[in-house]
Amino acid sequence: MNDKETPNNSSSDPELLSGGDALVRALQEEGVEKIFGYPGGAVLHIYDALFRQNLIEHYLVRHEQAATHMADGYARATGRPGVVLVTSGPGATNAITGIATAYMDSIPMVVISGQVQSHLIGTDSFQETDMVGISRPIVKHSFLVKHASEIPATIKKAFYLASSGRPGPVVVDIPKDITNPADLHPFLYPESVAIRSYNPAQRGHSGQIKKAAAMLMAAERPMIYSGGGVIQGEASELLKAIVTALGYPITSTLMGLGAFPATDAQFLGMLGMHGTVEANNAMHHCDVLLAVGARFDDRVTNTVSKFCPYAKIIHIDIDPTSISKNVAVDVPIVGPVSSVLTEMLAVIQNRPEPPTQDQTAALSDWWSQIEGWRAQNCLAYETDENLIKPQQAVQAVYELTKGQAYVSSDVGQHQMFAALYYPFDFPRQWINSGGLGTMGFGLPAAMGVQVAFPEAQVVCITGEGSIQMNIQELSTCSQYELPVKIINLNNRALGMVRQWQDMQYEGRHSHSYMDSIPDFKGLVEAYGHVGLSIKTPGDLRPGLEEAFSQKDRLVFVDIEVDPNEHVYPMHVAPNGSMRDMWLKKGVRT
Amino acid sequence: MIRRIISILLENEAGALSRVVGLFAQRNYNIESLTVAPTEDESLSRLTLTTSASDIEVEQITKQLNKLVEVVKLADLTEGDHVERELMLVKVKASGAQRAEVKRVSDIFRGQIVDVTSSTYAIQLSGTSDKLDAFIGALSESVVLEVVRTGVTGLSRGEKVLTL
Repeated sequence: MNDKETPNNSSSDPELLSGGDALVRALQEEGVEKIFGYPGGAVLHIYDALFRQNLIEHYLVRHEQAATHMADGYARATGRPGVVLVTSGPGATNAITGIATAYMDSIPMVVISGQVQSHLIGTDSFQETDMVGISRPIVKHSFLVKHASEIPATIKKAFYLASSGRPGPVVVDIPKDITNPADLHPFLYPESVAIRSYNPAQRGHSGQIKKAAAMLMAAERPMIYSGGGVIQGEASELLKAIVTALGYPITSTLMGLGAFPATDAQFLGMLGMHGTVEANNAMHHCDVLLAVGARFDDRVTNTVSKFCPYAKIIHIDIDPTSISKNVAVDVPIVGPVSSVLTEMLAVIQNRPEPPTQDQTAALSDWWSQIEGWRAQNCLAYETDENLIKPQQAVQAVYELTKGQAYVSSDVGQHQMFAALYYPFDFPRQWINSGGLGTMGFGLPAAMGVQVAFPEAQVVCITGEGSIQMNIQELSTCSQYELPVKIINLNNRALGMVRQWQDMQYEGRHSHSYMDSIPDFKGLVEAYGHVGLSIKTPGDLRPGLEEAFSQKDRLVFVDIEVDPNEHVYPMHVAPNGSMRDMWLKKGVRT
Repeated sequence: MIRRIISILLENEAGALSRVVGLFAQRNYNIESLTVAPTEDESLSRLTLTTSASDIEVEQITKQLNKLVEVVKLADLTEGDHVERELMLVKVKASGAQRAEVKRVSDIFRGQIVDVTSSTYAIQLSGTSDKLDAFIGALSESVVLEVVRTGVTGLSRGEKVLTL
């Protein structure tokens, strides 16, 4: 790439470093403190360079997928790029699921993969795989380093690309000979980087922002729909200011939870396939919709042609491809959410005239309608004397952690229960694989969060299906003494698959049961952790209290929950609109 | 669905082309033809591709292409007046009575015969894709031995240019 780089102005001659040392030094220059990885032949020079320094701490996982999820959890919790180091071939391919997970959720990540020696590339040599090729559709960008002298500039670009604009994973594939300790090159780390073909928007179009603000202020049935972009774009405070100033209702995608406090009365809960009655109805009936950092995902919209039939839509997003991809919008604004919301807030705060009486009355009617939907209390569920309801378990976790924990989840029913029954009040508090829906994400992601914030309360809400996809990481937790609390909602079934089979396949549970589930308590004890088993509603709170009292230990709480529970509400599909929902078994809107 | 000609300035780097082609496969867009070569500026390649897409689809295609880090600039030539050309080489049977007839048809289309044997001609023809199609149509099927086409390349008319 034809780029301008400004080298450090140092008076002495630059130091001579090998490629391996240059790579580690470049990571240090980027301020990297933690990396997650697994060694192998092609990265041995790099691992040796890591051994000879002490600024960067390396976390050795038990499977490369977990390294990417750990880096991902670290990135989601801190906002800084997660860094992964894996070897060639199987090391690289094992990382793919984690890279795709980060890509779908726009998480900044730099993945350094070893490659076979340059002269062996293309010869089907031992542990060779075309990493740049395999990862191509799931990375923001990738590099194959051709010469050791390219390392500083390539790493600079990789971090810049990963963390600017719409963030995402960047792969840097480095053949072994490039890191050869005997091959020394001057090390100059660029101070700045510019890539002529990459210029993410720095601000939104002011005219469009004014137009959007005017449209919002004139709305009678307004609705705000916020997504993960608000969290990624560090715009939660601004969003709060705008929502408060306007007095409008707000909903959030699965990825955006926490950007606006869930315990605030203006928050209608999550929207979409498992959204609340009030959020989905308010979406359907609104006349002006402000979408912020959200992408009209199919799990949100239900049938696109029936989506928001009465609404003028304003869409703020950093990525032009998100605009009018799934749903045509009336006022597109391409730009960083923070800058656009800053401008929009100023317009709203300086509104020339206060709302007219008619407008105030319309808004008040709208709120009454919303309160009517809210009064249906769609998240209510029946408790049972003998069976623990999964919702109940999540609520108990919420109460015992006082709503302050970092919560990661895996994928399935427990994920939806966590999203619906643990109200998140803070951005970056909720860590889950929304786009790709990766089972096995929860534990390593929680570990990444714990690494970032050793003192924080970190909870992984999971199920007996998902946890077994990366359970080997309990070993990593022993090594680094990561006191994650694992809440295993054990329903002896792949719950979400089973729910769909109940609803759409007349209850034929094809391969959705878990046969021969391990004795989790015994299993985690074998890894050196504390295991608890909870089987009755009466034991739920005391058991969880005990788990959370063990501050310095990993505690795995295996909770036997009602296997027949479904997640509701649930969109009616196919051909349903947002307001068409199943409310409980056999009952729909 | 309208035929589009998208012209792209691409970083002349290993792997850049595969990102463009991969994008089309990954997002279920079609490529009807593709032509690519370095420009007078060695650091850039010029890539021209044709695809069929509605207005909404082509907007998404161009945005997705622009999002690729190695895409420097692009234009949808079909949005305005443009010149488009494709080059074709056709090997035909040219023996007996056919020999003169093939030559006549080639002359009508302003083709050039660029290789001659006692039984074959290789004819070079350039023009719009429609013209090349018409030429093939004008030859009887039995004489056509082999056809190679470069795919469409093109420029905007007038002062509009696609450069850095």
